[in-house]
Amino acid sequence: MKWSEFFVTGEPLIYAADVAIVLTIIGIVFVLTYFKKWKWLWDEWLTTVDHKKIGIMYIICAVLMLFRGGVDALLMRAQLTAPNMKFLDAQHYNEIFTTHGTIMILFMAMPFIIGLMNVVVPLQIGARDVAYPYLNALSFWLFFFGAMLFNISFVIGGSPDAGWTAYFPLASNEFSPGVGNNYYAVALQISGIGTLMTGINFLVTILKMRAPGMTLMRMPMFTWTVLITCVIIIFAFPVLTVALALMTFDRLFDTQFFTMANGGMSMLWANLFWIWGHPEVYIVILPSFGIFSEIVSTFARKRLFGYKAMVGSIVGIAFLSFIVWVHHFFTMGAGPAVNSFFSITTMAIAIPTGVKVFNWLFTLRKGKIRFTTAMLWALAFIPNFVIGGVTGVMLAMAAADYQYHNSYFLIAHFHYVLIAGTVFACFAGLHYWYPKMFGHLLNERLGKWTFWLFMIGFNVCFFPMYFLGLMGMTRRMYTYSAGLGWTPLNVVATIGAALMGIGFIVLCYNIYYSARYGERDMTGDPWDGRTLEWATASPPAHYNFPITPEVTDLDAYWVMKKNGNGLEVKEEQLKPIHMPSNSGRPFLISIAFFFAGFGLVFKWFTLAIIAAIFIILGLILRSFDDDDGYYISVDEIKRTERLARKGA
Amino acid sequence: MKQEKQRGRKWFAWLPLSLLLLLSGCSENIAVLNPKGPVAKVQYDLIMWSIGFMLLIIAVVFVLFAVVLIRYREKPENADYEPPDEEGNTLLEIVWTAIPIIIVTVLAIPTVKATFALEKPQRHDVEPLTIHVTAANWKWIFSYPDQHIETVNYVNIPEDVPVKFKLTSVGPMNSFWVPELGGQKYAMDGMETQLILQADQPGSYMGRSANFSGKQFTHMEFEVVAQKKEDFEKWVKEVQQTAPKLTKDKYAEILKPGLVGRMTFSNTHLEWVDHAKQNSHHMNNGEHSDHHGNMENDHHEH
Repeated sequence: MKWSEFFVTGEPLIYAADVAIVLTIIGIVFVLTYFKKWKWLWDEWLTTVDHKKIGIMYIICAVLMLFRGGVDALLMRAQLTAPNMKFLDAQHYNEIFTTHGTIMILFMAMPFIIGLMNVVVPLQIGARDVAYPYLNALSFWLFFFGAMLFNISFVIGGSPDAGWTAYFPLASNEFSPGVGNNYYAVALQISGIGTLMTGINFLVTILKMRAPGMTLMRMPMFTWTVLITCVIIIFAFPVLTVALALMTFDRLFDTQFFTMANGGMSMLWANLFWIWGHPEVYIVILPSFGIFSEIVSTFARKRLFGYKAMVGSIVGIAFLSFIVWVHHFFTMGAGPAVNSFFSITTMAIAIPTGVKVFNWLFTLRKGKIRFTTAMLWALAFIPNFVIGGVTGVMLAMAAADYQYHNSYFLIAHFHYVLIAGTVFACFAGLHYWYPKMFGHLLNERLGKWTFWLFMIGFNVCFFPMYFLGLMGMTRRMYTYSAGLGWTPLNVVATIGAALMGIGFIVLCYNIYYSARYGERDMTGDPWDGRTLEWATASPPAHYNFPITPEVTDLDAYWVMKKNGNGLEVKEEQLKPIHMPSNSGRPFLISIAFFFAGFGLVFKWFTLAIIAAIFIILGLILRSFDDDDGYYISVDEIKRTERLARKGA
Repeated sequence: MKQEKQRGRKWFAWLPLSLLLLLSGCSENIAVLNPKGPVAKVQYDLIMWSIGFMLLIIAVVFVLFAVVLIRYREKPENADYEPPDEEGNTLLEIVWTAIPIIIVTVLAIPTVKATFALEKPQRHDVEPLTIHVTAANWKWIFSYPDQHIETVNYVNIPEDVPVKFKLTSVGPMNSFWVPELGGQKYAMDGMETQLILQADQPGSYMGRSANFSGKQFTHMEFEVVAQKKEDFEKWVKEVQQTAPKLTKDKYAEILKPGLVGRMTFSNTHLEWVDHAKQNSHHMNNGEHSDHHGNMENDHHEH
């Protein structure tokens, strides 16, 4: 490979990005050095095994990736605003929609949800950390370096350009000869390993580490959805791992799993991809349902209506999520019997989902609804998601799907479910749990500005797309001709996208503004919450609970507050607390993964092998590690607790 | 602030109505809702049937949503109100489980019927016309095996005759879609899928690839021209007599990645290669396919 091919050249946008990246790195290094923060960064963040800090790091990355994916989206909308635009050429457009899709699903939605999971779940179940804190840190750093590896593709070597689904034979060496799809295969693999470990970690955490008295049917709804999500992760992600491994072999070692020649089977990739891909959608949507359930219940000041039915529906949705994947390619010609089967299973998902919508509505009924920013996001979810949901049922009808498939109707549908479902949930959860994470609230006024700008922008952007689809506009077109009559709706959509962008800027400003001037949360319970995370200080001490709480009912903290017991920290009951030690090894192993991945992408096998040796070395060192953690003394707990309670 | 919120909610309530207006009013532009053949008509009926139920669901949820929010919002009058703790209501929950089941059932039955019906020609009293469709980077090649003619990037069909499009691809997967005549199907390498379409009246219908297949995929458009039966037959005769022969070299040139204009030939590439057979794309690289000999013999009759 020539050096001129190593760096992506020829595009002014790329050069601007190069400059921006170099300046940002210099800026970060300068700030860290000037304020002498290197040690702080290493001790407090890079080596941490604290679930709350890991969660915060996930969320920071997710917001950064939302920015990257959002810029991709705005570039696409700019290109499609008018017919025959010359803003982006075909190749550049193809790269941008590929990275937009991949980043938004795998490096934005997933880590945002996993970040909230990390912060909240141990607190909700009254635990002091996750079951495997070391593994948790490794999960995060693998995700982080996987995401970084994917992101550098646009300045080094070239971005993948075969769509986020990377269908074969298009994604094979024959039709995509560059390194772009190597990045796709390797970066997703690395972060996917992290996700799989997260699934195992949280499954064990929820099953084994709940506070005494918290039976499964007394778990908060968010914890329930995370538990089910973990089961989906554990079943779905190995499929992705295998599919990506086969793809990597095809691309690096010229095997013929998915190629056109020598018995390769390109539709095998499509099947494997969606056997993972459809459950993946539910991995990001089920925890969102959990977040909405918590917020709706808190701000309606009512217990969740039909808790048991809610649990039943998420289990039902999780089961169905594994038997619907063919609806992503009804048009493959698998025959009417196969298509009919998958039509019916897909439509059946509407049943448990419908049950949930009505249960949310009836939680609100007879409540006393407070319209906080978090609640606005949760409320807006209902009507918007219903639009996405019913069009999903329309898409599920195989014979009709032949007319919607791969058109903007489909684009509109999945943005309605993924944005109104997952993104609204991320924003809702961010506003709701922000005081728990950082000790201060996000400004409500700015929050509402974000909400209205983004929510209205979202509808303005995506509602017209249903009609563009019915007019015959297909996804992934980089331009269209003037005579088709698609221009007005495309202009409207671009305006909507711009509004969403402005909403995001207001959110970022809000984060800055609230850090400086935001209301400090001295009580630990700013919303009059119902679940155990609100029983801790904001932010919680790193051991979370000085004394493990006793749970007697659903909405444990609400019940404690009503009965006035279990709130006081009785100092005579304090015992030393056992906590896990920090470790830099997850971070270092993940760096080795990054270099191994980078070596594979460019077929620099020496680099890959050296890095792999470091990975194995890290694993060996870990297995001889006899650090069992440490104890926090009663005196220190007393000091921390007195300090925390002073404000209350 | 309060008022602003309510206005926002009411704005939602307009969505279904505007949808209805858009659907009924300015649908001239909306290809899928302007069926020009029986296949598209079957799909149109199914779509309209489902939209009816969907609007009903949207209306019910939006009304309930608006009522609940307005009635139970926090206001100065209910400052002392403490919401009751309800566990749920079995009867209500059965009701809203049953209703979606009923809706899904009434949607599923016509869906299954239509899905099976679309696999067969919509009329049985005429012999269907067979056209082989080959997608290549980035053009569409149409071969008429019985008429021994071939066209590129446009296809003429007779009106009121079911056309069996046999789809395959040389390279990345594409999807063959003519919205006004009916839904799409994939054209895949080394495989053959069949899509039956039919036009009710003479006219020109836009077709395009609906599945991303690489750099110039956006330009993979073709025109379907439906003609009166006599006109179609006249056109076939004319092509047979006047169009040039397609040679292997010319064909190899067409297959090279890139865009080409419309072309017409008085023989088909099926005489020496059928890409629907596994791995036949190696023809590209100058190798000869096995069925070359037989097919040439078959076609010496005229």
